[in-house]
Amino acid sequence: MTVPISYYLLLSAFLFACGVTGFLIKRNIITLFMSIELMLNGVNLSFIAFATRLGTLDGHIFVFFVMVVAAAEAAVGLAIIISVYRTRETLNVDRVNLLKL
Amino acid sequence: MKLFFWQPWLIPILPLVGALLNGLFGKRFTKPVVATIALLFTGASFLFACVHAYTLTSSGAAALETSYGTWIRAGNFSVDFGIYLDHLSLIMMLVVTGVGFLIHVYAVAYMEHEGGYYRFFTYLNFFMFFMLTLVLANNYLLMFVGWEGVGLASYLLIGFFFLKDSAANAGKKAFITNRVGDFGFLIALFLLIQHFGTLRYAAVFSIASHFPVETGAGVLTAIGLLMLVGACGKSAQIPLYVWLPDAMEGPTPVSALIHAATMVTAGVYMVCRSNAIFSRAPIALLAVAIIGTLTCFFAATIGITQTDIKRVLAYSTVSQLGYMFMAAGVAAYSASVFHLMTHAFFKALLFLGAGAVIHGIGGEQDMRKMGGLRKYMPWTCWTMVIATLAISGFPPFAGFFSKDEILWQAFSSSHGSKIFWFVGILTAFMTSFYMFRLVFLTFFGEYRGAEPEGHGAQSAHDDHRHTPHESPWLMLAPLVLLGVLSVIGGWVGIGNRFEHFLDPVIQKVSVEQDAAHVGETVTTLVSEGEGAAGENKGLENLLMGISVFVAFAGLGLAWFLYVKDPALPAKIAEATGGLYRLVLNKYWIDELYSAVIIGPLVAFSRVVLWQTVDQKVIDGSINEVAVAARDVSQVVRQQQSGLVRSYAGWVAAGAAAVVAYMVWMGTR
Repeated sequence: MTVPISYYLLLSAFLFACGVTGFLIKRNIITLFMSIELMLNGVNLSFIAFATRLGTLDGHIFVFFVMVVAAAEAAVGLAIIISVYRTRETLNVDRVNLLKL
Repeated sequence: MKLFFWQPWLIPILPLVGALLNGLFGKRFTKPVVATIALLFTGASFLFACVHAYTLTSSGAAALETSYGTWIRAGNFSVDFGIYLDHLSLIMMLVVTGVGFLIHVYAVAYMEHEGGYYRFFTYLNFFMFFMLTLVLANNYLLMFVGWEGVGLASYLLIGFFFLKDSAANAGKKAFITNRVGDFGFLIALFLLIQHFGTLRYAAVFSIASHFPVETGAGVLTAIGLLMLVGACGKSAQIPLYVWLPDAMEGPTPVSALIHAATMVTAGVYMVCRSNAIFSRAPIALLAVAIIGTLTCFFAATIGITQTDIKRVLAYSTVSQLGYMFMAAGVAAYSASVFHLMTHAFFKALLFLGAGAVIHGIGGEQDMRKMGGLRKYMPWTCWTMVIATLAISGFPPFAGFFSKDEILWQAFSSSHGSKIFWFVGILTAFMTSFYMFRLVFLTFFGEYRGAEPEGHGAQSAHDDHRHTPHESPWLMLAPLVLLGVLSVIGGWVGIGNRFEHFLDPVIQKVSVEQDAAHVGETVTTLVSEGEGAAGENKGLENLLMGISVFVAFAGLGLAWFLYVKDPALPAKIAEATGGLYRLVLNKYWIDELYSAVIIGPLVAFSRVVLWQTVDQKVIDGSINEVAVAARDVSQVVRQQQSGLVRSYAGWVAAGAAAVVAYMVWMGTR
């Protein structure tokens, strides 16, 4: 007996929604970062689910790409976070508002 | 086929080359180089004009027309660059180049101390080019180009001392007044295109010759009247004469060349050139005669009271142009052109003489501060006297022949009237009076300018004020040559030779003319004319006697008032009071115009065009658009809060919206 694809997709949607919600309501930059990872993994899950269901490798390859990008992003992102913390002495994203007009 | 370079197109082009050379490089040239270029090209133009005049007269042809290619082509209508050389344009061409060259020579010395030497000669050569284009064109449109070009040159030269407010304003006044006339001329051209389909002289006149003489107001009358409007502007006739006296702000050689000898006669030339049209439109012809008569009378009365030497001459010019119009208006075109020619000689001489006087006494133009200059500048004095005798109509000077011809034609022509003659003879008396008044005030009596105040109009002459002195020979030579021409220039008119010289140009039209019998009518008319001339010889001599008598009377009165009893004029002015002030202030015409036309026009422009249309409608609509854009941005800019989470929220909301839409579309 195989698990129906809708289960995977529901879980994937749930993970993605968690990520979005966390991104919108949290203020700490590191939390936001983790929320982004959550969204990425939610998407990864649906890729894998479809790939298994359709019996192709395309989804797997996409997932590898996503993971590579996420790893690179994490490296760069953490560096930025450290530099932000050093200059502003806060990780509250609402205080980092230089883009404001 | 003659050599291409030997053709008449070179006559107008030569001064243009001179103008371009001086205009483009003149700044780096020394004064003698500038003068040499200007003189060389005008002189060459004059020589060419003489050659072509000789070619034409010896060939016996009525007209030589050459076309050098098409300028405008639109459907059936086309305009060429072409030269039309007949006896009328020949006379104009010789007057323009000949007198123009002499005035150039004079200006070399006269402008010596002025700034902008090269600029002056550039404009002057530029003027020559356009004036020659005007007289040599073979169609009305090319004539119009020259017409506008001389207007431009006139504007530039009147405002030559552009740092002086009055000069700049006078230039503008001349230009704008001329625009009024040009408007009429342009409409006349449109009518010609509409009804004749061409603007070539030869074609227009041959089509016009098939028209009957209009008894009412028809097309030809309309064209004639509109052309008259144009001529009034250019030739300074009532009601557009106001610019010419102000044009005296320009340097004196300019007044002599443009505002006495050549440009202002363009209107007369145009009327005479279009004689085929005017002769068939008696109403237009009558209008020409009436305007000419009124102008010559009114301008002469104003001339009597003016004290500025150049202004007297300016009004005299207006008055003499009135004579020419009077002659053209009684269909005596050859008399008109004859007077145009002699007038070019003696009026150029008068202006150059006046310039020599102004030059010699350091920029003073007020005749009340002159006097007794005969001792200091004999050459100027006696050449001026010759010119004065000529303009007053003393035999055997040039003006006598032409003026007498005009008066006789005004009296006897079938279009004439004794009223014209009477006003003409009255004006002849006034002319003689004010011209001798000028001579007596300037050259006779005692010098009244001993204690100079030093605010002459010719700015640059101010700085070398000393006792009056005679001008250099470079200025005197043109005076003497023009003096000789003023004496002998009229002799070509003896025995109606001049009139017959212009016969090929003037289409004979009689009132009873029937289109089918053109040839017969002409022969009968000519023979009638010969017969009538014999019978009227006695009358003609009587009228001639009267005009000579009034010339002497004017001289006598001027002598009595200004030499014998110099205190009397002031008393007369005192006694006539209001009338004197009316005339002294030029009938308040300028004030009337500014109250009736200029004032309302300025007010309308300010209130309606500027403050309403420009500021409210045009500026307003643009400002409204800008304000609306700013208001919208004011709302939209709130979105850019700088809060990363709010941006993310919008992204999420957008994504949700897209997904919702897709779901909705998919499940429908």
